[in-house]
Amino acid sequence: MFTPHTDPERAEMLKTIGVEKIEDLFKDVPEQFRFPKLDLPEALSEMEAIKQAQDLATANESARDLVCFLGAGAYNHYTPAAVDSLLRRGEFYTAYTPYQPEVSQGTLQAIFEFQSLVAALTGMEVTNASHYDGATAVAEAGIMAYHHFRGKRLKVVVSPSLHPQYRDVLCTYLCGIEGVQIVTPDVESPLSNPEDLLPYVDDQTALVFVQYPDFFGRIFDFTELAEKVHAAGALFAVATNPLSLGLLKPPGEFGADIVVGEGQSLGLPLAYGGPYLGLFSTKMELVRKIAGRLVGETEDKNGNRGYVLTLTAREQHIRREKATSNICTNQGLLALAATIYMSLLGKNGLQKVAELCYHKAHYAAEKINQINGFSVISKSPFFNEFIVDCPLPVDEINLHLLDQGILGGFDLSKDYPSMQNKMLVAVTEMNSKADIDLLCEILKEVSHA
Amino acid sequence: MKIPGDLKFTKGDEWVKVDGNIATLGITDYAQDHLSDVVFVEITVSQDDNVKAGTTVATLESVKAAADVNSPVSGKVIEINESLPDAPESVNTDPFDSAWMIKVEMTNPAELDALMDAAAYEKYCEERES
Amino acid sequence: MREPTIYELSSPGRKGVSYPEPDVPKTSLPDGLTRSDLPLPELSELDVIRHFTNISKKNYSIDSGFYPLGSCTMKYNPKINEEAARLPGFSYTHPLQPIETVQGNLALMYELQQWLAEISGFSAVSLQPAAGAQGEFSGVMTIRAYHLHRGDNKRIKMLIPDSAHGTNPATASMCGFETVGIPTDSQGNVDLEALKAACDDTLAGMMLTNPNTLGLFEQGILEAVEAVHQAGGLVYGDGANLNALLGIARPGDLGLDVMHFNLHKTFSTPHGGGGPGSGPIGVKEHLAPFLPGPIVTIIEEGNNEVPPLYGLEMPEHSIGRVKSFFGNFAMMVRAYVYISMHGPEGLRKVSENAVLNANYVRALVKDTYKVTYDRICMHEFVAEGHWNDAPGVIALDIAKRLIDYNFHPPTNYFPLIVHEALMIEPTETESKQTLDQFAEALLKIAEEAKTDPSLLKEAPHHTPVGRLNEVKAAKDLILCSCELPYG
Repeated sequence: MFTPHTDPERAEMLKTIGVEKIEDLFKDVPEQFRFPKLDLPEALSEMEAIKQAQDLATANESARDLVCFLGAGAYNHYTPAAVDSLLRRGEFYTAYTPYQPEVSQGTLQAIFEFQSLVAALTGMEVTNASHYDGATAVAEAGIMAYHHFRGKRLKVVVSPSLHPQYRDVLCTYLCGIEGVQIVTPDVESPLSNPEDLLPYVDDQTALVFVQYPDFFGRIFDFTELAEKVHAAGALFAVATNPLSLGLLKPPGEFGADIVVGEGQSLGLPLAYGGPYLGLFSTKMELVRKIAGRLVGETEDKNGNRGYVLTLTAREQHIRREKATSNICTNQGLLALAATIYMSLLGKNGLQKVAELCYHKAHYAAEKINQINGFSVISKSPFFNEFIVDCPLPVDEINLHLLDQGILGGFDLSKDYPSMQNKMLVAVTEMNSKADIDLLCEILKEVSHA
Repeated sequence: MKIPGDLKFTKGDEWVKVDGNIATLGITDYAQDHLSDVVFVEITVSQDDNVKAGTTVATLESVKAAADVNSPVSGKVIEINESLPDAPESVNTDPFDSAWMIKVEMTNPAELDALMDAAAYEKYCEERES
Repeated sequence: MREPTIYELSSPGRKGVSYPEPDVPKTSLPDGLTRSDLPLPELSELDVIRHFTNISKKNYSIDSGFYPLGSCTMKYNPKINEEAARLPGFSYTHPLQPIETVQGNLALMYELQQWLAEISGFSAVSLQPAAGAQGEFSGVMTIRAYHLHRGDNKRIKMLIPDSAHGTNPATASMCGFETVGIPTDSQGNVDLEALKAACDDTLAGMMLTNPNTLGLFEQGILEAVEAVHQAGGLVYGDGANLNALLGIARPGDLGLDVMHFNLHKTFSTPHGGGGPGSGPIGVKEHLAPFLPGPIVTIIEEGNNEVPPLYGLEMPEHSIGRVKSFFGNFAMMVRAYVYISMHGPEGLRKVSENAVLNANYVRALVKDTYKVTYDRICMHEFVAEGHWNDAPGVIALDIAKRLIDYNFHPPTNYFPLIVHEALMIEPTETESKQTLDQFAEALLKIAEEAKTDPSLLKEAPHHTPVGRLNEVKAAKDLILCSCELPYG
């Protein structure tokens, strides 16, 4: 398809190599397994292939056609047109990892700017070039804490309101390490408070992990918890939604040692779950323990400023079995997208979007709370998600909403069996007042039915 | 390439200076040359730690490599070079003196017998270069 | 020309995007929890467009030139893939939507699972791992889970050839295994004697790359796999080099138990300046219960009138999730379109031409650049970048001088077992003309190395920056803009 050779060219090349036919190049392949017949559909032309893809795409319903109140770790935000127009530049998306810095200053400068913006947002001193997603960033934080204490502290205390999928991934990664114990108190009553973690924190604890805003949308002031965790000698990690930091106090200001996050809310498409963007920030004193790539500023011999991958001796291609992580790629193009998004919105824009989400969510919560049979149970301050106690199972309500063109909130009983009939509703700047009023109208009908 | 005559050497390019039952260690000129510019040194043991022969006691990083420094002798760490992490380049400029890493009070001085003397080490370096 | 950073371009009050005022009544902000300052830059839309457009021009990319990076498979990234991935019906779907509303996505994923399994000779596939390294981790974890499930917990050794990519031993360590290195023999194959000697009942398995990182097909692969199986271990295949094998040989047929794919290498999804990738894994029947998940399955069979109902399921004894949601879906769309446009014959042509191109370049340069293991190679080959009569010239210098000839350097200093290694992988999408020009440049540089080595030592000459001071970067550690209050 994309191979340019003509038959005469191929013949010439075979002659130069010194073989008669192409098959002669494969003599090392055991004969009985050579040239298998692959049972795949016949090749399509470009026209047919895109038609096939379109048919599949239109078989879906999406946040384009439906009004979306679904969040739980992935959010329907607006992406300004300038973002994709820059991402489509071949110089960015068809470039490789910047191992030859002289010909990769575009990529390197963009990552340096990404590192700067995320550090600014989180209030931390250093950020890496990104991880695969929020969940794997959480896992890398766990691995980093383990290596920081050289295996002398083996306990990780995790809040039950850390996203269930992040907790799953943390577990998948840490269970290869002998002796490590992950303690998640109160999973049956997950609406506990930060202080409820303290009885489990002791001198065996390497890391305490919370989320801000948490999986249920709640916001807590973690200053005191951070102090107590430090008093026990452990590290304090916070998983965050970076968009909320356009409004909220950054974790760097209340004592976080490590801040991780899911960057999808920085204008990245929902894309059915991926690719997303894992953020990872920490303090300078921990910089050599960070997994993943780092871009640093330097000069060439003429004093021109330039950027390079640095501290590469930590990485897998040098440390090999002694590397703390095997991570090779970062999420290059997504980090670029987030950088462009944050540059476009800037200081004022990011705050504005965060406030829109906040006000609309609170309006929705108040209105829903007034509907018979429904009540909002999030009492603490929240950002743009809240829990609604419903008169019926959530998936029944959502079927009803879907009929009316609305994608309802997340059924919490799927991850927390004690939370039957509880829906996690998310509201973003994409939801108009009319959308929210419509949601309330339909819910009213449901409660009467 | 410098190979001081009064030291003992390991196959991992560490040097040992023996003074009574105290062993001082660091890495050799050959090692620093192969690492090239050292940008980071971390001593991974603390004072009063017990080490066994073969325990990693420090890690070094240059722009293109990372290396572990292993103690060839067992004993108790009695002193570590606190100023070394602030001056990693001294590993390149002065590997046998100011870039010493730790001092160990040996529990089994017989372990020194397994090490090479200066002449043997020089030969070992030459073999590797060819 | 130095391009300022976005912080340096910032001007107080500038805005790049407008948003409406809230159409709902405002609620007071939470006490004590709001930030007092947000140190982000302020730019107009034009500022942003110009800035990123200008820095993009400093990049080399496949769209602008030849990129013979060994083991990276820098093939052309078809533009139709970008169209497909951006279809709103795909890009606006939320991962937690009810499955009935995303049957298009699930059908695509299911077919891709089937196609990858068919191409590689495995029974089951998980698309979840986000990159090759994650696929490796998942694959090795399934081996670990398999042994533990059988109650065998003394299998702690993992054999890894010394030519392996650094992610292999890093992965083995992460999974709690001890790595045992196996040397390469004089033919460039993994040393079978050493391998057999290391096989005992503490063996969990072996991680093998085939073709190996020297670009050579492992001539003893059947024997190697047999030895590991006899000792009760399993074989993990690093699929980074699959571009040599499409329609040529199936790793599953050769005896591998599990393998990872790199959609961003073999299946043309773009490298994006360092990601995102996608690293699905394929396994044989006995490892299928351990796959990371969820994976796509058929919940209700279809018939002539009604398509099947697809759903998501966790495999019975899954090692767990390795990332949130289902994997890098937008990359799966691209790979799906790519495979659909090639079909079985097209895929075979990909590998035939990839191998043809590599051997052609090898033939053109081997009399000047020593090819350590000089035999028919697969999709890449490794040459040595040094000459006795050009003292002081090393692979790095050759690489930098190639930039002056408008070529991206090949991979250098890998694999570690070759001195001053230059790993060259042309891929099948390059024309004979490009390959001829590249070979000519290499031969010219070899001449220059002897007659005027300073041309190499001071290269590159025409790039936005020259060779950068990496020691200073590591010592000074400036990792974010100095305009920041915290940095």
